[in-house]
Amino acid sequence: MNEPIIELKHIKNYLGNSWVHNDLNLSVTRGEILAIVGGSGAGKSTLLRTMLMLQTPTAGTIKVFGQEITPNSTTALHYLHQHSGVLFQHNALFSSFTLLENVAFPLKEHTQLTQQTINQLALLKILAAGLTVEDANKYPAELSGGMQKRAALARAIALDPELLFLDEPTAGLDPQSAAAFDELVLNLQKTLELTIVMVTHDIDTLWQVTNRVAFLGEGRVLAIAPIAELVTINNPLLQAYFTGPRGRAIEKIYSGKKN
Amino acid sequence: MTKKLLEMNNQTDVQQLICQGSWTLANLNQLKKDYDQINWNNLKTIAIDGNAIYKMDTSGAWILQKILKQLNQQQTKFNLAHFHNEHLLLLKMIAAQETHLKEIPQPKRFNWLHRLGQRSYDQLQFIQAFLAFIGELSLIALRVIRNPRAIRWRLLLNIIETSGYQALPIIALLSFMIGVVLTYQMGLQLRTYGANIFIVDLLGFSVFREFGPLLTAIIIAGRTGSAFAAQIGTMVLNEEVDALRTLGIAPAELLVLPKLFGLIIVMPLLSMWANLFGLLGGMLMAKGMLGVTFYDFFERFAQVVSARSLWIGLIKTPIFALLIASIGCFQGMQVSGGADSVGRHTTRSVVQITFCIIITDALFSILFTRLGL
Repeated sequence: MNEPIIELKHIKNYLGNSWVHNDLNLSVTRGEILAIVGGSGAGKSTLLRTMLMLQTPTAGTIKVFGQEITPNSTTALHYLHQHSGVLFQHNALFSSFTLLENVAFPLKEHTQLTQQTINQLALLKILAAGLTVEDANKYPAELSGGMQKRAALARAIALDPELLFLDEPTAGLDPQSAAAFDELVLNLQKTLELTIVMVTHDIDTLWQVTNRVAFLGEGRVLAIAPIAELVTINNPLLQAYFTGPRGRAIEKIYSGKKN
Repeated sequence: MTKKLLEMNNQTDVQQLICQGSWTLANLNQLKKDYDQINWNNLKTIAIDGNAIYKMDTSGAWILQKILKQLNQQQTKFNLAHFHNEHLLLLKMIAAQETHLKEIPQPKRFNWLHRLGQRSYDQLQFIQAFLAFIGELSLIALRVIRNPRAIRWRLLLNIIETSGYQALPIIALLSFMIGVVLTYQMGLQLRTYGANIFIVDLLGFSVFREFGPLLTAIIIAGRTGSAFAAQIGTMVLNEEVDALRTLGIAPAELLVLPKLFGLIIVMPLLSMWANLFGLLGGMLMAKGMLGVTFYDFFERFAQVVSARSLWIGLIKTPIFALLIASIGCFQGMQVSGGADSVGRHTTRSVVQITFCIIITDALFSILFTRLGL
């Protein structure tokens, strides 16, 4: 299965008086975990928003599930939004809903199931995301940061999407929770056969979970390769990103493990 | 007729449960229907064949798990045959989670006495918090007034512009309308007695003493009081208010005082503006309906309406300003949790402000009557 699930061609985005993306090309293969990295302001989150059509690109074409997506292609957009889940950077849980209602919400909107079935399925998703039944009646404000991330993940996978977008999934988590979250994502990806596109700054995550990593810089994809290869590429921007003290330390751990 | 997703095959010597098609969320209702149609009783051993399932998601696996659980309970022997590996993996995950599944603990429900007590306690707490807020505000205000350089002039001017200057058109329009309506209703009565000219007395007193200030206060409550609550509430959620505290700045000084002073300056001016337009509307209506010329109107007005009526109206307005700014800001500060709370407290601010304004106005009326004003 090597068909591309997302194809971006010649994407240009003009934001805040500068070109965030300038002729960017990227394709995501079905079943892979792709990470998008790059310095702050390199346009990672913008790229994610563009893929979801939360933001219309200035120029270029986007194909998701083989269909071209434009702001006016309602059926294609509807299909995209029903078959993808998004974990937003700040979780975007509905604050007036309990956790269970948050996860049940997409099921309620998009299926004709009975309330009982919906609740059962939602509870399964909550458990799958590593939360407990006791948390189900809590409001987002009563959950800790890590639990909110898990709750948001549970909502993102509520409709069993084929495509999952994660925007900085481990940001703000303690190392232990972050590692557990990485493992959770990997597990879900395996069992649910997900394709995952994530934006992350967490170099640990890059080594642990991703199949390929796309490095954004100068408005385009500077390089796309498995992380072990990516760190060896001789480009000043990439080197600056990966050979800082943090990057080097982590690289040593993982490359040592593999040899 | 679509193919069944779940079917029992009795043709072979061992009963066979055939699972086929797309076991996904979209087909879940169909799947449950097929499940209900099968007679699950009197089964000894069955083989469950999953070869023809080409797609399965968690909801499909959940149904399959339900079947297996039921078979286990009635002690039917079964074996899973020809299932795809990834489907088995999914089934395993669901099975593992199913063991944790239980009834959601329902929050305790209390009887009416408990709820009444809780409500009363909350109200008391609210009053206490409001008093504390007023106390803190007074202390800061005294400190700032003693040292006028500490007044934040830019913010103050900003409030005067947004809450005062920009409210001019709406206040003019609404008071003009009220003037028209008042004259019309009173004029109908006066005309029957031929007492047309007395419209000037009635209009002058009612607009100056009541309608001008009250109408202004209610418009400003809806327009500005709610905005104060929403703005401060959002800042609380965003931890901006906490940030101010850690920077050593009292939030009340930066966020509340300029609003308070700004409204105190602006309210009498706006009331005056409302008075003018209220009278203008009444005057035009008096001419059209009752035949009172502008000249007659002004002459009578100068004779009967004293400046005292104007002052009695205007003296109330700083009190209204105080109520609007303090309740609006206080409700903003009370926000906690999420977006929901901002909406609730904004609503509450407008209701409480309007309530307090009308109560205060009534108290003033009683007071002025006692004083013989």
